Amino acid sequence: MWQLFTQNWQAFLTGFWHTILSSIIALIFSFILGSGFAILETNPNKFWRGVAKVYVEIFRNIPLLVVTMFFYLVLPKVLPAMSGFTAGTIGLTLYTSAFIAETVRSGLQSVGTGQMEGCLANGLSYWQAMKNVILPQALKITIPPLGNQFVNLIKNSSVLAFVAGMDLMYQGDVIASNTFQTIPTYIIVGIFYLILTLPLSYYMQYLEKKLA
Amino acid sequence: MAIIDFKHVDKFYGGFHVLKDINFRVNRGEVVVIVGPSGSGKSTLIRTINGLEKINDGSLIVDGKDMTDRSTNFNELRRDVGMVFQHFNLYANKTVLENIMLAPRIVLHRPEEENRKEAMRLLQEVNLVEKANNYPRQLSGGQQQRIAIARSLAMKPKVILFDEPTSALDPEMIQDVLDVMKLVAQEGITMVVVTHEMGFAREVGTRVVFLADGEILEDTDPNSFFDHPQTKRARQFLSKVISH
Repeated sequence: MWQLFTQNWQAFLTGFWHTILSSIIALIFSFILGSGFAILETNPNKFWRGVAKVYVEIFRNIPLLVVTMFFYLVLPKVLPAMSGFTAGTIGLTLYTSAFIAETVRSGLQSVGTGQMEGCLANGLSYWQAMKNVILPQALKITIPPLGNQFVNLIKNSSVLAFVAGMDLMYQGDVIASNTFQTIPTYIIVGIFYLILTLPLSYYMQYLEKKLA
Repeated sequence: MAIIDFKHVDKFYGGFHVLKDINFRVNRGEVVVIVGPSGSGKSTLIRTINGLEKINDGSLIVDGKDMTDRSTNFNELRRDVGMVFQHFNLYANKTVLENIMLAPRIVLHRPEEENRKEAMRLLQEVNLVEKANNYPRQLSGGQQQRIAIARSLAMKPKVILFDEPTSALDPEMIQDVLDVMKLVAQEGITMVVVTHEMGFAREVGTRVVFLADGEILEDTDPNSFFDHPQTKRARQFLSKVISH
């Protein structure tokens, strides 16, 4: 197995790098999008609530693979084609943002309407109240479940393999079919995923205890 | 001159007629106490004054602003119309001092030094200077409510609305809060108070409004109301609340 690794280390590391890159990009944008849609979901305005609801329900209830394939195969029929890496990362971002929206929304709702009314009655605008009082508390509550979403996101990034996204899983597939050493290859791939997800999981458990 | 003016105001929750043809005015400097059985619409009534509840019909003018006009800026109105809630609604993520300083800082852009001085002065007034750096959860209900009043006063409002400010408090905490409210009244700030504290209504109120089933049945000075209630409904109500 060590030999398999030393002979293919460049491919493994390329894959590892693309998995990290895709995960980080998707993490940042899905967090921004998800928080935005969570705020819309709790907005007093019915129209914006409806828009957010439709977005969340669509991306939460369609398989990630289908969303990704849409960007990789369907969209290029009307728009310029994009690489597998880009299509996969976009799919991953939208899919994850729907789950993050639900997580942040429940955090927002657990802060309660009382403090929002306190803010409004004190002269703050809705957005000033969100920014200064409601959101900081909601995000603190949502840190542990958000951590789980981020671990899921890293694991889900393996979807890139289906669209030749150069990620860890994709490189594993290539190496396995070239060397026929299927089992050791996927063990190495698994270890690389653990290197990413285990520290994150433990850090989240630590945070959860600290915030409790 | 009336700072709050209700004319034929109606409000519905679905098919439920919660406010029925409300007509009343509050002049500057008055302390109007709204009393009545629970479920009579008192809270809804007071919450329409700063737009936390919308009215369905009639006209409501507060501080010269038409509350039924879509172009009315409620944030602007609420700088001048403060509110104190039954459950305090302090900001849980901010210290006591920050609770008081937040709105003057980001809404009125009051200079930091002046803001802090004013907040400390208010803490002195409500007798809680030593709690300046505590968080709301570390305070008793009565203390939280006094902070909520200080937070409201920091905006230097023309009107403060009190929605059952002592109903969620332990009996021994109620007097401290009522004492602070008395101070507010002495400063000449217009007050509208929903309460079950009849002693406060009689002593501090300049007028009593009796609300039952969404209708104003009496609107008079406290002594007339408590000594010579005109309606049967008010007599029934008073016999229940005064007897204990």
